[in-house]
Amino acid sequence: MEPLLKVENLRIELSTRAGVAPVIDDLSFELGHNESISFVGESGCGKSMTALAIMGLLPEGIGKVASGKIIFDGEDLTKASEARLRDLRGNDISMIFQEPMTSLNPVYTVGEQIAEVLREHQNLSKVAAHNAAIELLDAVRIPNPKGRVNDYPFQMSGGQRQRVMIAIALACKPKILIADEPTTALDVTVQAQIFDLLRDLRDQTGTSIIMITHDMGAVAEMAERMIVMYAGRKAEEGKVQQIIEHARHPYTKGLISCVPHIMADPAFEREELLEIPGIVPGLAEFGQDRCLFAARCNMVTDKCLGARPPEVSFDTGQNAACWRAEEV
Amino acid sequence: MSDLTTEPIIKAQSPLSEAWSMFRRNHAAMAGLVVLIFIVLGAIFGPYLYPGQPFEMVWAPFSPPGVDGFILGTDYLGRDLLAQIIHGARVTLIIGLSAAIVTVVIGVTIGALAGFYRGIVEEALMRFTEFFQVLPTLLFSMVIVALFGASLPMITLAIGVVSWTAVARITRSEFLRIRELEYVMASRASGVSNAKLMFKVILPNALPPIIVQSALMVGSAILFEAGLSFLGLTDPNVISWGQIIGSNRQYILESSFMVTIPGLAIFITVLAISLVGDGLNDALNPKLRQR
Repeated sequence: MEPLLKVENLRIELSTRAGVAPVIDDLSFELGHNESISFVGESGCGKSMTALAIMGLLPEGIGKVASGKIIFDGEDLTKASEARLRDLRGNDISMIFQEPMTSLNPVYTVGEQIAEVLREHQNLSKVAAHNAAIELLDAVRIPNPKGRVNDYPFQMSGGQRQRVMIAIALACKPKILIADEPTTALDVTVQAQIFDLLRDLRDQTGTSIIMITHDMGAVAEMAERMIVMYAGRKAEEGKVQQIIEHARHPYTKGLISCVPHIMADPAFEREELLEIPGIVPGLAEFGQDRCLFAARCNMVTDKCLGARPPEVSFDTGQNAACWRAEEV
Repeated sequence: MSDLTTEPIIKAQSPLSEAWSMFRRNHAAMAGLVVLIFIVLGAIFGPYLYPGQPFEMVWAPFSPPGVDGFILGTDYLGRDLLAQIIHGARVTLIIGLSAAIVTVVIGVTIGALAGFYRGIVEEALMRFTEFFQVLPTLLFSMVIVALFGASLPMITLAIGVVSWTAVARITRSEFLRIRELEYVMASRASGVSNAKLMFKVILPNALPPIIVQSALMVGSAILFEAGLSFLGLTDPNVISWGQIIGSNRQYILESSFMVTIPGLAIFITVLAISLVGDGLNDALNPKLRQR
């Protein structure tokens, strides 16, 4: 079966004062129906840019798709008109953002903001949209939805606002939901609730989810497959379980060992918590023909500095862009 | 979850009632509001309560206030000054209000387009705005009125055309700030069209400073009209406060009350509007709210 979304050799260029930098460099991946994938990586690796490119919302005048295709349901989104993209946005592809505190318009009630999407895309009447908004608030488990539907965003907590965002995003039963670090700004307990909610809603509606995060715990909880991004390139791709068991890229390995484990007995000797030395390279270094992770890698060889590593496939279904993937 | 539904819901104060309680604490603004309401009521109902004719000669000219039964005296043609003030209030307020509306319509449209589309649109519109900004306003409006005739709509338009630049600049700066906020991005992501983004998403959030500016604009439009009338650029068939001053200005040394009284009326009205505008600024500006 054709995958729902197929990204082929996507290259996104960002024009900065220093010149043109490829924030996304030759990225390909697929998303199946009713599948959850996760993009992982540090800040500035191009995770959010990928999401914005799918939505057709790259920063105007600065970012553009230089080459490659984004095929959604057989249609290349990089060639779609603005009007067509507007039809898709919020209807077939929705997005929720990192900051629930500021992602809702402060001058409208939450009910109106949910109803607005429904009126825009599904041509519902005012009353029908309002009633649908109440049902959606109930679906995202906001208590007393009939009373809260007329609340303004400032009357709600962060977790409730993120629920409202989810309600807006899922209002039109989209085929893809992109969640850009949906829980970063929330309490840990609220995070767990939001994940539960997203999982349940996915099971009910069959929406595919692309989750962007730098939280390995979130990945393990939410996704079946994960893609590790580094400096605009795909470092590793594979099933979450397999990657966590045996990462094939030194960067992935570093990310996994950064996650602390809680132990029942404090006396028990802990493994030392590792960090990945250094930081993500600046935009100016993006796109060079070498392994961009080399400077931080403890397995670096001359080969890594000489050419960009190709993707190596393993029979477990994993893919890793590393010269020494077999040895990792 | 069901236990949560019975939990009492504590309602936070809505932005509007919060602004009102801020405004109420500002005594000067409240005083201004009371005076303003009084003036507006006077302008609406005054002619019915005081049935004097503003254009008819009713008594000997130049009779001072309080003498011979005319509370504010008579002007150089023997017309009842109180009747003139009452009838003039309507015209003065209407000109002030409609000129402010013209200002806001032009200013918000240009500022919104410039702030939303950026790039070449912004460059062109802002140069256009700057062009209007450097024109000597009184002179330019005099030219418009002199060329197209001194009718009320033309005077209103002339005032509006020369004073929209401040509103345009404020609107643009608010749009530049708000268009980068997350909820605008979120609205884009839910497929909202550009026109809706501009006027339904961004504009309502940009309104507070625009409201303050347009409130002050009403005051300055009244002053502007007075200035034009003083110079004789006014419709002789309708009476406004500026026009009373203008027509009596030759007798300013002999009977100063004839210009002082309408002058005071303008002064009090504009002061009241300014106080209300300042109060609105304090009440609607979130940065000042914590004080």
